[in-house]
Order: sequence, then structure tokens, then C-alpha cells
Amino acid sequence: MSDDGKLVMMANQIGRFYEPQRQVEPVAAIATHLRKFWDPRMRAAIIAHLDHGGAGLDIPVREAVQRLKAGA
Amino acid sequence: MSLVTEIDYGTPASKASEEVTLTIDGRPVTVPAGTSIMRAAMDGGIQVPKLCATDSVDAFGSCRLCLVEIAGRAGTPASCTTPVAPGMVVSTQTERLKQIRKGVMELYISDHPLDCLTCAANGDCELQDMAGAVGLREVRYGYDGESHTRQEKDESNPYFTFDPSKCIVCSRCVRACEEVQGTFALTIQGRGFDSKVSPGAATDDFLSSECVSCGACVQACPTATLSEKSLIEIGQPEHSVVTTCAYCGVGCSFKAEMRGEELVRMVPWKDGKANRGHSCVKGRFAWGYANHKERILKPMIRERIDQPWREVSWEVAIDRVASEFKRLQAKHGRLAIGGITSSRCTNEETYLVQKLIRGGFGNNNVDTCARVCHSPTGFGLSQAFGTSAGTQDFDSVEQSDVIVVIGANPTDAHPVFASRMKKRLRAGAKLIVIDPRRTDLVRSAHIEADYHLPLRPGTNAAILNAMAHTIVTEGLTNEAFVREFCDRDAFEYWAEFVARPENSPETVGLLSGVSPEAIRGAARLYATGGNGAIYYGLGVTEHSQGTTAVMAIANLAMVTGNLGRKGVGVNPLRGQNNVQGSCDMGSFPHELTGYRHISDDAMRGTFEALWGRKLDAEPGLRIPNMFDAAIEGTFLGLYVQGEDILQSDPNTAHVVKALSAMECVVVQDLFLNETANYAHVFLPGSTFLEKDGTFTNAERRINRVRKVMTPKNGKADWEITLDIAKAMGFPMHYDHPSQIMDEIARMTPTFAGVSYDLLEKEGSVQWPCNEKAPHGTPVMHIGGFVRGKGNFLITEYIPTDERPGPRFPLLLTTGRILSQYNVGAQTRRTDNVVWHDEDVLEIHPHDAEQRGVRDGDWVRLQSRAGETSLRAQITDRVAPGVVYTTFHHPVTQANVITTDYSDWATNCPEYKVTAVQVSPSNGPSDWQREYGEQAEHSRRILKVAAE
Repeated sequence: MSDDGKLVMMANQIGRFYEPQRQVEPVAAIATHLRKFWDPRMRAAIIAHLDHGGAGLDIPVREAVQRLKAGA
Repeated sequence: MSLVTEIDYGTPASKASEEVTLTIDGRPVTVPAGTSIMRAAMDGGIQVPKLCATDSVDAFGSCRLCLVEIAGRAGTPASCTTPVAPGMVVSTQTERLKQIRKGVMELYISDHPLDCLTCAANGDCELQDMAGAVGLREVRYGYDGESHTRQEKDESNPYFTFDPSKCIVCSRCVRACEEVQGTFALTIQGRGFDSKVSPGAATDDFLSSECVSCGACVQACPTATLSEKSLIEIGQPEHSVVTTCAYCGVGCSFKAEMRGEELVRMVPWKDGKANRGHSCVKGRFAWGYANHKERILKPMIRERIDQPWREVSWEVAIDRVASEFKRLQAKHGRLAIGGITSSRCTNEETYLVQKLIRGGFGNNNVDTCARVCHSPTGFGLSQAFGTSAGTQDFDSVEQSDVIVVIGANPTDAHPVFASRMKKRLRAGAKLIVIDPRRTDLVRSAHIEADYHLPLRPGTNAAILNAMAHTIVTEGLTNEAFVREFCDRDAFEYWAEFVARPENSPETVGLLSGVSPEAIRGAARLYATGGNGAIYYGLGVTEHSQGTTAVMAIANLAMVTGNLGRKGVGVNPLRGQNNVQGSCDMGSFPHELTGYRHISDDAMRGTFEALWGRKLDAEPGLRIPNMFDAAIEGTFLGLYVQGEDILQSDPNTAHVVKALSAMECVVVQDLFLNETANYAHVFLPGSTFLEKDGTFTNAERRINRVRKVMTPKNGKADWEITLDIAKAMGFPMHYDHPSQIMDEIARMTPTFAGVSYDLLEKEGSVQWPCNEKAPHGTPVMHIGGFVRGKGNFLITEYIPTDERPGPRFPLLLTTGRILSQYNVGAQTRRTDNVVWHDEDVLEIHPHDAEQRGVRDGDWVRLQSRAGETSLRAQITDRVAPGVVYTTFHHPVTQANVITTDYSDWATNCPEYKVTAVQVSPSNGPSDWQREYGEQAEHSRRILKVAAE
């Protein structure tokens, strides 16, 4: 989807929830959440955003999107 | 068919477990201790004459008609107020009693109009029945003396008439208002002969009084004093059908009392397990929309949204839907279309729509309007407990000692349950209200919250964490519960987290605006006050941290051990009638029925085998994502059943842009709603009175919806979906909704035992209903959580990005009002508009004064998303810095103001926090005027003969 800013914000929101969790590995949990709840075109858009530098993505989210890309 | 007649036992049932045996008129009767003689007699099949007694209210002992004689006791005690005793020997019919009763009735009738033949209650009048029962043949006093028979009627209420000339001052109405409804609007004014029923103060009529028009008084009245106007107009019903209300998530059972196919009145069904014989103004009276002149009964199409509608046959309309959807998929791909199921439609209808989309459209672009209300509940509770639903039944509140209400306004949005809650509060339960606004529950007749935490909108998670901080750091943890039922590591991590200084009430007090003492006091009360029950609503879920707050609530319940038994629990109050059901039925894009993820190959395979279609394993678009994709140009066709997304979803301008970008929007509804202004095909829907099915309420209770009249549009909604499916090349074969439920049961482990036959036998059941729980599950997580061990999640408070600043210094929060429902599509088309005919903006006196705004002035309400105008209501219900409005009227379009911010986990919109500015205005905004013109233009209908 073209509105990368919105997707970045949404992804970072997910990241900020999982980051302090202690019973899951945050990056894996963020990637899993994106995989389970985001439509493929949204996932493709956030991966494309990362490929263009990933501006605005928080660090664990960036890593999660990397993982998403690797697993896609 | 015949009228469903319920037995009136005269007094409420005793809840004692000990039994007592006595003899009544020579027959041995065994009843629970504490039962009245009147009720015991009725249990034994003996009807003691009565007038002031009815089993919905406590005994009163005023009419002196139910007197009995008891062996060994002097006098003739009232059977309604005298409890049974072991070995008691009672006579209900003796010469002495006959004479007394006849004398009593003579007095009553001497002051009662003798117009039985033209009276609305003729054939359904207890006074008439009792005159017959006691053998009254003459009235020795004559009718010429002073009487009450020429009193003026009070016709002010749009739904019922109060005719004091027919009143026998039995106080049943007054007691029903107090005991059942809990409003205390009625009283007996004056003494002796001057005694009369009075609504409110002496200058009030019913409409101007505090009466909330719940109908409890009308139901309790033994004469025609309080009568439904529809009954007066139509006459006595001749048959009735038990069905379920289509308004809020309480799911009240009603008897639809009919004359032929004409609905005479809706009367709450005493055996309804959600409402226990009570009702509210919406369910009881606001059903006139079914016959409203604006209802659309013929399918319509148009090529462009600036054209007028053309009425066409069902065949042409369905063909248009299928051909357009196929065209869009051929041109733009399989994922270019989708649909939205409705929380107002039945489980069966919802199931079919998601089946159509997954099987017929070949994608998972299905979502439900629960997305924009309780989706955080589903996700949050599933993570903590393992199920996406509330833990209790409504009866549970009767055993609560401390009731916490967070972000919910049950007296307005869930009024029948609120009445039950208030009854428990009047009996001594403690109350904690966490809400930015001083709702009626904070202080109303005989109820005052022990704690009201008027938090700043957006700080729920912080407040809940601060309560947890108090509990953990002050040693109030229920160690035994946590040890036995919860994940120990998760608890330890969480306990360390909440104990941090940033979660202390002192820190949170600064950011939430709530005093630390109040936070600590509320936490201590909840943790130590006995059975603690949490009830919450959209004030929790509709935030960027909605899911986090749901998890924080679950944490509080677990740390205090308030789960797994009656009287406790975590209870989401669902907004619409079938929010729970629409979620259960696989309406979310990532889940099939029973909350099972679409990526589960084995589970998905069972659906593929049954439906004969390969299903997509990827999640589809959620509603907000559909809008974004539409604007982007990749989502172009939408089937919307029974939902007005334009009015109910946030950031109206964004929704308008999305709908305008789509090439085929299909709306299935009763009326040309706001979404239909942007639609290309309109399929007329049917009301809940016109179809069979089931609704699942907030307590997971599956209730039958029964058809009471022929669909005025010619088809039930489920039949329309079948037609679309067939035209899309995915035929489904059902002759009756019961067969759809059979399929749901076959495919869904938590519904495995559900069938229409079972619902006939049980009345209703709460899921899970399966081999392990053949009669359903009133309370969940007894003896352990569904997921295994309860899961404490870290619920760090993260402020929303929607923040006030110099341009937008106030925070807007939105909600509902008693007389209107959701977007008002139904209630605006009833006489409920006498109570609320426009949305108003509540603003604190300080904020109003600063802006030169007077009560009733037009004001402009602006946010970063848009602006609208409405009238101001100055009130200290809201704190300084906070304003509040409802979203019931499209003329106001409150959602022009709300933003795109949403919950992190579910994209549930953040309706409850919008930074705004308020300034004086001369009237409606340019946007409102333009919108009104567009809506009028869009609703033109070209009358042509159907093809």
C-alpha cells in the first residue's frame, strides 16, 4: 500500500507492545503478528519500504520486517 | 399458535436451599424456605386472588385480597407477605375469606370506570379477573360518590398512556420502577383517598419526569392504567412468538405479541435468561422502524453514484452484483473485492457472508463491524485466558461484592443489565467507576460510586497498571490463585514491571489527572472487597492501546483471583446485539469460526473439504485496511451487509474517499443509509422480526431469533447471500437457518452441541456447548484457564500520538445515549427522537466560558481530521479539557472529527481520544451543508417498472 507512513506507524505500535515482553522474543513476536494479521499487500508494502531504507521503522520492527522478508 | 402466557407466582422465588413442607387446601406442598404462602400455593396449582402482588417485585401486602387462614394462627394474614413454615396448614378459600375478598373488590370497583367493553385491557385485566374470581355481583356503595374516575390521561409518553381514572393504587408500577428498573421515577403522591401515582414532581408528566420508558410499570400494571398505545390502537394480541431483541449486546428475550402479521407489542419474556423479564425503551417500544416509510423494499442499481437509483428485480440486482465483482476480479485480481458482515445480523447470516467471501470470492477480505468496537477484546482475552469472550453470565452480578465499571455507560448502552447491576449495588455491593465522564452510574437514585476515577482520555492502561502496582506492592496478590492457575514466570516478570515507580499511583496520577489516593483506594477495594467483577466497554477498547488495556484488565482479575467462579470475572459489554456472534462466526479476515487462524492447514482443510473450494491461507484486509487499499486502487468492490460504515467508522472524509474510489459498492440494509450514498447496488434487507436465526449476546448466550412476520422485502438476509453466492458460481444449499447452524456446529468445536432443537429445549445456551458442556458454559475458566495457565502480559503505558496542543487543546471522547442506538438508523426512525433528536457537545463550564459559549449555542468542533457544528450543552459531567458527544445523527457526523489512529493489535479505531478545538459558530458547517446536499441528491429514486 502506498501510505507507507501509516504502515510504519502501525508496525512501530506493534513493536512498542512486544519490545518489553519478557516471555517472547520481541522481534519474532512482531514478525509473527505482522504475518498473522496483515494482508499480503500490506506486508509487501512494509518490506518494500524497508528495501527503500525503512525510514521511521524502530530498530526491532526493522529486524522483524527483515525476518518477514526472509520468510516471505 | 397461541399467546405465550407466563405464570405469575405473585412473589419472587426464594433462593434458599433448605426446603419446607406445608399443607395448602389439603395438599402437601414443598418449597424453598422463605417462599411466600402465595407462591407456594401457586406452586401447588392453587391461585390465591391478588392485585398488588406480582412476582417481579417484592411483596407489598396492600390490596388485602390474598388473605388466607392458617391453622392455629389468629386473623387472616396476607399470603404474599407471610412466609411458609414447616407443617403449616393453610386454607385459601373459606366463607370468611370469601366475604372479606368480596368486600375488598366492592370497594375497588366502586371507584373504577365500568367501561370494560371499550377498555384496552378487556380480556387482559387482573381487576376484571379478580372481580370474577371473588364472585362480585353487586357494588352496594353505588357510583355516585366522590371517585377518581374522571381524571385526565397523561399521553405525554409516545409509547404508553397513563390513565389515572383506572388506577387502583396498588403501587406495582412504583415498585417495578424502583426494584426492577432502579430509576425511582414514580411515587405515590398524597395520602388516603388522595393517593395517586405520580411521575417525578407534581408538575411533571411522564415525559418530563425521570422516567426512562423501560416499560416495567406498564408490564406490572394490573389494569389499563398504564397501557401501550399500540395495544389501545390495535387491540389484544391473539398469538405470540418468543424472539430476541436486535438492539444492544444484552440480548433480551421478548414475546412478540401479534394479531395476524401485525405486531401489537413487544413484552419482555420472564424466562429470558439474559433479561429475566425486563426491558428498555429500545427493545420494548422502538420497533416502529420496521414499518417506516423510508424503508426500501425493492432492489436498486445505478452505474454511478451521482445517478438516481433505479428499482429492478432481484434477478437483475443479483446479476449486477456478480457480474461487477467478477469483472473487478478479472481485471484487478482475486484480492480486489471483499465484504463486511454485520453485528446486527444473525449468526447464520454472518457465517454465510464470510463463507461467500472465502469460498466464492476466493479471498479472506472479510471483516465485521466488531473491528471498530470489540476486536481488542477478542485478541486481548485470547492472549491472557485463551478465549475471545467474557467469562461470566449476567446472573453472576448478583453475587458480586465489588463491581468495577471501566469505559462503559451501562445505564445508557446496556440498560437492562444496568438495572440488574444497580439492584445488586442497592443491596450493598461496592462500585468503582473509571470513566472520564461522570456517568449516571456514578451517582443516581440510591447508588453512589465508592470511587470515581475521572481519568484523562487515553490513560486507561496507565490507571490499570497503577491499580496493579498498588495490589502487588501492598501485598494484596492472591498468591494461591496465581500459584495454582497462572504462568509463574509471566507473573514474576509482570509483577516486577508493575512495581516500577513509573507505574505508581503517584506518577500515574500526574498524567491521568486522577488522585493517587483514589487509585490506591480503588485497587485496595477491588483486591480485598470479596467477589470483584470488572465490566468494560468501548471506553477501553477504542484506543490505540485498546488491546493493552484489555490485557491489563485480565492481569488485574488474575492477580486478585477474581476468575473462575460466580460473582467475579472479566465482562466485556458488547455494543450491538450480535458482536460476540459475528466474531465467533469467522468474520475476521484472519480467522475461521471459533477463532482459528486461517493459516492452520489442517483446520482450513476441513472447511475446504466441506465447501469444495481451496481457501486462501493468508489473512485478508481489515476494514480500515480496505479503505486504504481502495484509495490506493487495489480494492474496488465491497459487499456490506447491515452496516453503515460511512457513519460509524472514523475519519469520515477518509471513508468517503475510499468508497468513492470503489467501482462496485453493494449495500444490503433496511434503509438508504449513509454508506448507500456511495453504493452502486442496494439490496433491501429484512428486520429481525422477519427471519429465523440466532444472536449471541455479551455473555456468550446463543438466543433464538424467530420469524414473526413475512419479510416485507420478500427475502430474509440469508437468502439474499445465497443468491449472490449462486450467481458468483459458489452455490450453497440451505432450506432453513437451522441447517446453517448445523454446519456451524459441525465445523466449530465450541458450538458442537448447538442446534435449534437444543435451543428449543434449553431456551438458550452459552458457548462452549459441546460434549464436555452439553448444556453450555455459564462461567468460564473454572478450575483453570482454557489456554492452560493464565498469562500475565506486560502492559506498558504508551501515550497515544493523538495529543492536544495549542491548536487543538481539548480532548473529544464519544459515546451513546439511552434512547438512540449506534448510528441511529433504527431508533431515529421511531418516536425515540422525542428524547434525543440531535447530537450535542458536552463541555465543561470553564471551557465554555473561556470560549464565550452559552448553553444551547451552535459551536464549531474542529480536529486535525475535519470539522462539524452542533449545539453545546454546558455540564460538569465532563472534566475541564474534555468534551463529549454522541454519534447517532448523520447530520452531525461526529466521525468527521475522529482520526485514523487505531489499536496497535487490531486496528480498532481510537474513537475515544481526539484533540479538538471548540469555537462559537452560526450553524451547520459548509461540510455539513455540502454533505446534506450530496446525500439528498444520492437518494433520488427513479420509479420504473421492474424488469
